[in-house]
Amino acid sequence: MHVYLCDFLLDITQNSIEAGATLVEVEISEAFDEMRFTITDNGKGMSREVMEKALDPFYTDGVKHSRRKVGLGLPFLKQSSKSFELQSQPGKGTTVRFSFDLTDMDTPPVGDMAGTMLALFNCCPESCNLVFRRKRESSKGELDYTISREDLIDALGELRTAGSLSLAREFLQSQEDSLSEIEEDHVLKIPAKENL
Amino acid sequence: MAKMTLEELRSLRNRKQSDIERREVAGKDCQVIVGMGTCGIAAGAKVVLDAFLTELQAKGIKDVAVTQTGCMGLCYVEPTVEVIVPGMPDTIYGKVDAAVAAKIVQDHLVDHRLVTDHIFDRPSVDIMKNGGR
Repeated sequence: MHVYLCDFLLDITQNSIEAGATLVEVEISEAFDEMRFTITDNGKGMSREVMEKALDPFYTDGVKHSRRKVGLGLPFLKQSSKSFELQSQPGKGTTVRFSFDLTDMDTPPVGDMAGTMLALFNCCPESCNLVFRRKRESSKGELDYTISREDLIDALGELRTAGSLSLAREFLQSQEDSLSEIEEDHVLKIPAKENL
Repeated sequence: MAKMTLEELRSLRNRKQSDIERREVAGKDCQVIVGMGTCGIAAGAKVVLDAFLTELQAKGIKDVAVTQTGCMGLCYVEPTVEVIVPGMPDTIYGKVDAAVAAKIVQDHLVDHRLVTDHIFDRPSVDIMKNGGR
């Protein structure tokens, strides 16, 4: 089980990057009570049979680590999320959709979104473009931004050395901070007695 | 901080670039590789990656390559980090947190001394081709 929602995002998006995709698109949509994620890749995809096995914690294809017996990424996510959907077609790619209920006290905190995006941009090979579409809505309105690996490489030249990564993090954090403008005022909801 | 545009990011990079050129090249050909498998993430590898970047930035070291790898087969001592510095043995550190990351930057990358309490040698044999031979 992961500590932050961002850790699930990091874990699952890595799969897409490792599936040989040339494009990985990540949509993160946050509302007051729910956070929804969609990760779409055009990588190698899975057959129905493999998809079912992938949800078993004691299954791994053995390609990455020939003698290991576990594969925990998707099983962790399925066990923890409010909704979970896996779609895949061999040769076409895979889409993973999941959401978390932010009002549920068992839901982990969101975590460091800018740092998570940075970690993913950093592990993405040159052959793959990674795009984040981030949206946040509240009663005060709706804000969003989009950032791709190509944009960052265009601005910084590379995403490998500590110098570039620090600048990229500053940039991503400023994008994230801009969303807090519409942060909901803190509301403490106490259920009426008869509902307890 | 105000929301940056890509144009601002580009000009910030150009300014910093000239800073680098003026400074003596520190960290050239050095690599920090953070283990970012499911086991690493669960143990806090992302915090470690961030800590390395913060620490390197604080010390003005920009040339170190910071990359990621999957599970190194040392799940019991995650988060793990491999550090490669020319003239020093390639080293895998385990049980790394933000404080240990700061120590690795100072001791290993700057002072060229190993952080002995956290060395876990090489990837375990079952993860390497031919058992590492």
